[in-house]
Amino acid sequence: MSDPTMDSERTQAPASERSGFNRRKFFGYVIGGTTLIAAADIALAEPAKAAIPSPPQIPEIYDLNDLLTTATLPTANLITVTINEDGTASFALPRAEVGQGITTSTAMLIAEELDIPVEKVKVTLADARPELLFNQLTGGSNTTISTFTPIRVAAAVARNALLDAAAILLGDEVNRLITKAGAVLAPNGRSVSYGELAKHAAAPKTKKVEVELKDVSKFTVIGTEQKRIDARDAVTGRKVFTMDLKVDDALPTMLCRPPTLNGKPVKLLNEAEITSMPGVTDVAMVDTGVAVRARTFGQCIDAIRAMKVEWRDGPVAGESDEDIVRKLRQAEVPLPKISELGLDKLKLGPINLNLVKSIDADFLFYFRSNSALDTNAAIADVRSDRAEIWASLKSPIVAQQTIAQELGLPQNKVKVHVVQGGGSFGRKLFFDAALEAAKVSKAMGKPVKLMWHRADDARVGRMHPMATSRVRALYLGTQVLGFVQNHTSIETDFRHGLGELITAHVADLPTGLGNFGFAETIFALTQEIPYNFGVVNQTLVETDDRFNTGSMRNIYSPDVRTAAELVVDQLAAAMGLDPLTFRRKFLKDKRVLACLNKVAEVGKWGRPLPKGMAQGIAIHKEYKSASACLVEIDCRPETVGRDIPNAVTGPRVTKAVYAIDIGLAINPTGLRAQMLSGINDGIALALTSSMHLRDGHFLEASWDNYFYTRQWNTPPEVNIIVMPSDAKTPGGAGEAGVAASMAAVACAYARATGKVPDYFPINHRDPLAFRPKPFVPPVPASPTNGLKLTY
Amino acid sequence: MPEQTFILNGKPVTVDVEDDVRVLWVLRDVLGVTGPKYGCGINVCKACTCHINGRAFNPCSVRVGDLKPNDRVTTIEGLADTADGELHPMQQAWLDNDVSQCGYCQPGQIMAAVALVKKVRREGREITEDDLDHIRNICRCGTYSRIREAIEQGARNM
Ligand code: FES
Ligand code: FES
Repeated sequence: MSDPTMDSERTQAPASERSGFNRRKFFGYVIGGTTLIAAADIALAEPAKAAIPSPPQIPEIYDLNDLLTTATLPTANLITVTINEDGTASFALPRAEVGQGITTSTAMLIAEELDIPVEKVKVTLADARPELLFNQLTGGSNTTISTFTPIRVAAAVARNALLDAAAILLGDEVNRLITKAGAVLAPNGRSVSYGELAKHAAAPKTKKVEVELKDVSKFTVIGTEQKRIDARDAVTGRKVFTMDLKVDDALPTMLCRPPTLNGKPVKLLNEAEITSMPGVTDVAMVDTGVAVRARTFGQCIDAIRAMKVEWRDGPVAGESDEDIVRKLRQAEVPLPKISELGLDKLKLGPINLNLVKSIDADFLFYFRSNSALDTNAAIADVRSDRAEIWASLKSPIVAQQTIAQELGLPQNKVKVHVVQGGGSFGRKLFFDAALEAAKVSKAMGKPVKLMWHRADDARVGRMHPMATSRVRALYLGTQVLGFVQNHTSIETDFRHGLGELITAHVADLPTGLGNFGFAETIFALTQEIPYNFGVVNQTLVETDDRFNTGSMRNIYSPDVRTAAELVVDQLAAAMGLDPLTFRRKFLKDKRVLACLNKVAEVGKWGRPLPKGMAQGIAIHKEYKSASACLVEIDCRPETVGRDIPNAVTGPRVTKAVYAIDIGLAINPTGLRAQMLSGINDGIALALTSSMHLRDGHFLEASWDNYFYTRQWNTPPEVNIIVMPSDAKTPGGAGEAGVAASMAAVACAYARATGKVPDYFPINHRDPLAFRPKPFVPPVPASPTNGLKLTY
Repeated sequence: MPEQTFILNGKPVTVDVEDDVRVLWVLRDVLGVTGPKYGCGINVCKACTCHINGRAFNPCSVRVGDLKPNDRVTTIEGLADTADGELHPMQQAWLDNDVSQCGYCQPGQIMAAVALVKKVRREGREITEDDLDHIRNICRCGTYSRIREAIEQGARNM
């Protein structure tokens, strides 16, 4: 799209201004064209101002979302709402929908300002738009926060242009007209639909106009319960994911991958045999393995299983969990001693350090997979002078740049289409499949539809890094004097754009952050201890970059929060206080406290439970949201030992109550869905799901190896409460349900068993609950006995 | 190449493909019927669940050569036609409860739910919590509670 040239300023106030409400004015554009196209600069959001971050912790003043929002400012680029002649409005969202419901909430924002039914708003995902720089990154639960204003401005511009056109058509004054349900109505009862107006409202030349947004108190769509706009497609099988796209000649393609993590192929030893297999069209070696293209994916699997390949070992060959734990331990920095904490800064008067007691705790968190159900997949059509890519991508611009570089093409010769994803959990921040598909397509000289096998997606895909979290809490009588947390982690890979974004905006960060690395910056921008605990200090050290890691949903928070909340429970016990009473006494944030009180009331905190069952309660604050979770867990032997074939049963969370204050909730239905999702993630992280590294490779290769929460683990009773809020802006939701849930489950487990776990998930060191699948060949054969298993 | 014939969503189809190609790939890659999803290829995730002669099966684990010409395969695309109304009552229950998140697992979840209700009816009983606990279909978005509610509603209307 070309830059708008302005030819006239519109100063006329919208009709609605007469209502006397104080509304916010913004400039937008009517774009020259044959139908009505209204636009707004996507950089319209206002970031928080940075301040010196002491004594409050940094996220209280300037958090990751402020950085993401700030990052949108320097780009002056437009998002557009188009009014079509069929009466619909269309909008290409420069973000990735992966299940989090942003197409639905975006449709609601447009419906609100445009006065059009939600189902008449068509939201698609924009192709990579390099001019948007950092503003096409879906991450950090930032979509709604950063697009809330610009999308509404564009819709409001469209509404005004429709009113102007209607005034001429209906022969009435603009300020006597109203808009309703996709039509403009005159006092005499005449009306004209947006569809009829679309052409008339089109502007011959682009012009800049001023609009005023609806006041929060006038919202009739935002804040109401709205079902997903793609629900019908999903339940009829019509929703299209990457693997469902039909692109000419893009035949099924898969890779035979090395037996050790990140090993390299040296030579395919039986190429002639493979190429003569049924359905196979092409074979090619790329840096990650040997690719095969065939008529069906089943024939790709058969070919992979028949391949004889010479491999070079990967960088962790021979190593196992214990070796990595040892490396982590070596990287840990000692926790400060009492005398080093600077307790004198608290101005408590003289303290007899000999009377200060300390609680030291040390937790280990194993590797976890963020594999989605929709495995890594991409379609690539690479020609000598151009390339076209389709994939679910949360950082499509970085993907485009990297692929262009890899192919030796100018960036504008690589077209990148963003497809809806079947889940992400941080996985689709990376473009591993898209890059690999591009390489394979180039090597074969043909279009490919590349799919990762489940076994590859689990074993070689991105992961939450292994980490330790050590806490030292100091208390004297009933006062907590200090709380120190040192988190030590295998390196988290942020090379998907978030890293570059930080580099580009170092100057915008609060004092002191500029010298940090990516990971430390993100840690500092997201972590916070929302209690009055005297001297508070949280730090991160990362080590070892040999693993395929990434920012799994909620990045550091679930582990950091779980470690902290377990120590909070220990502090409470040391002071003879119940976990709820203790938290009420020390919480410093009113919104968190309100959430805590809510879950305690709804979840009936303290109700009598049989021996072996217990409640747990925990809080979290992040992404401008506050939350609390109460769970009940059943650790009685008859429950733990219940038998379900090929399953990890174990302790059962029988009830979960979650309260979330996200500020303005655009769509409470969608918000509750995100929290339910977070609860199930938290349960898995605490109890059942992890990756085992043995002898240079991860063992888990299927959903019956990697035990994400299943129906037999999910709580039969769930209650999610969206807290009332008078905030005028939304907070982030995509990740806000994980941390408090994991922490509450861990606390409940500790109370039910009387034993505080020192590693997570709690079953990681149990005998393996499955027989590991072979590594050569790297993918299992599909069974043939399906007709014997019908029901 | 051998000819394979079966009945797909009410209509006979014939395709030229090797006997041992699994039905999932015949549906998706050869016939372009993409409602059944791939999630594992080894009969674990259940994302590909469809019906054969009215019972749930997982096409990733059945060779197309093992289908008989009169075998009736129903995918999510054909489910609505097996009941009155524009949608099957189970699909409607899914909409009423806004079950889907990313939606990737949901065709399989719905097909499994319909078969489960029919199975317990054959056993002369209604769905229990224990039946719901035993559903193997994974939902990595964690929509489990809504799935349970929708199945109960769908069953009432089936
Ligand atoms: S793909 Fe058939 S069960 Fe997973
Ligand atoms: S809705 Fe995403 S996997 Fe179930």
